[in-house]
Amino acid sequence: MRHLMSPLDFTPKELDQLFDLANDIERSPSKYAHACDGKILATCFYEPSTRTRLSFESAMIRLGGRVIGFSDAASSSASKGESVSDTIRIISCYADICAMRHPKEGAPMVAAEKSGIPVINAGDGGHQHPTQTLTDLLTIRSLKGSLGNFTIGLCGDLKFGRTVHSLINALVRYDNIRFLFISPEELKCPDYITEMLREKGISYSEVIRLEDVMPELDLLYMTRVQKERFFNEEDYIRLKDFYILDTAKMELAGRDMLVLHPLPRVNEISVEVDADPRAAYFRQAQYGVYVRMALILTLLESV
Amino acid sequence: MLNVGKIEEGFVLDHIKAGRSLDIYEHLQLDKLDCTVAIIKNARSGKMGKKDILKVECDIDMLDLDVLAFIDHNITVNVIKNGDIVEKKVLVLPAQIKNVIRCHNPRCITSIEQELPHIFYLADAEKESYRCKYCEEKYTETAKINR
Repeated sequence: MRHLMSPLDFTPKELDQLFDLANDIERSPSKYAHACDGKILATCFYEPSTRTRLSFESAMIRLGGRVIGFSDAASSSASKGESVSDTIRIISCYADICAMRHPKEGAPMVAAEKSGIPVINAGDGGHQHPTQTLTDLLTIRSLKGSLGNFTIGLCGDLKFGRTVHSLINALVRYDNIRFLFISPEELKCPDYITEMLREKGISYSEVIRLEDVMPELDLLYMTRVQKERFFNEEDYIRLKDFYILDTAKMELAGRDMLVLHPLPRVNEISVEVDADPRAAYFRQAQYGVYVRMALILTLLESV
Repeated sequence: MLNVGKIEEGFVLDHIKAGRSLDIYEHLQLDKLDCTVAIIKNARSGKMGKKDILKVECDIDMLDLDVLAFIDHNITVNVIKNGDIVEKKVLVLPAQIKNVIRCHNPRCITSIEQELPHIFYLADAEKESYRCKYCEEKYTETAKINR
């Protein structure tokens, strides 16, 4: 039986198989409409996350399965003091697969250790959010044709943004990728990431102005500056609108450049950019459902 | 100079940093073993000036010495049988350590989950760095020893 705790749990070859399956689901959804008939997904969300939860639920329902679960800790036994280990033992009796989000880092791993069913980490605090990374990789592979040979700009909060760290760790396994880190000084990529890139001999640059690098980019990954990561409200207010991608900046970019964003966005991408065919973030959300469908199928087969 | 007699079978842990022998005693859980233990504190040492020594008379399979490498890999471990040194053990950093150090990341599941062991894995042998199995927080010297 397999679980998914980190995007690196799958080898690049296994990821290719997963993405091939996701692309087949995209092409022929009706072929998979009953693939999970009689199966139940439990969505155990100890903190609210509407998009991720609905994406999982949509994925299971599109496969013909059913969904049970809770959407915040208050409506679960955790409010009565039940441990994660006990909860997953019970959920294993009710469902065939579980997607778990928890504010504490490592909680889904504790669940996986005690579980009788596959567990998917649907986000554990600031630690991992592997299905977001799988979504990003599938989007890039589907829209760019491969996972290699490109320059990717990562823009915004590169210090606290777990999706960015996770994506970098996943991309370093592919060939000929150049990273451009675009952030204010206060939100620079952590040293351990840049150290890792240097050790692996992977090319990267750090810049402050987005305009300066727009023409070089094949992909631009925008991120939101998250209020909850700041201790000081003044810092948040000063940095939250540091980058705003608008049509003027998009004019500097190549015709094939794509803009990705894990969503939700606030002000960092102007609404006027949505109409640009290079804005791929809503298609990215759609790929999020396909990759979760492929993941559910793959993990259920591993039982 | 205080003299402590030879042991027939067991271990002599030499070159322990002066004053640390009781920490080692606790980590090896010697309090739970029904055997003879000599704790020698502040013995004279040509190499270290002062050092501690632990002599443990027990079956040589009874102790898990892996944790010693994590605490201080300069400790010399002499294995004694029939009163003679039969082996000088080379300490190797353990791949995993359980309930020796605690994860102090307040966002880690170990901070709330009942009876969950604190497990750290060797993340980088060259840098001798350990990370929490659950949250991957790096262990730093400022983190406190568990017991």
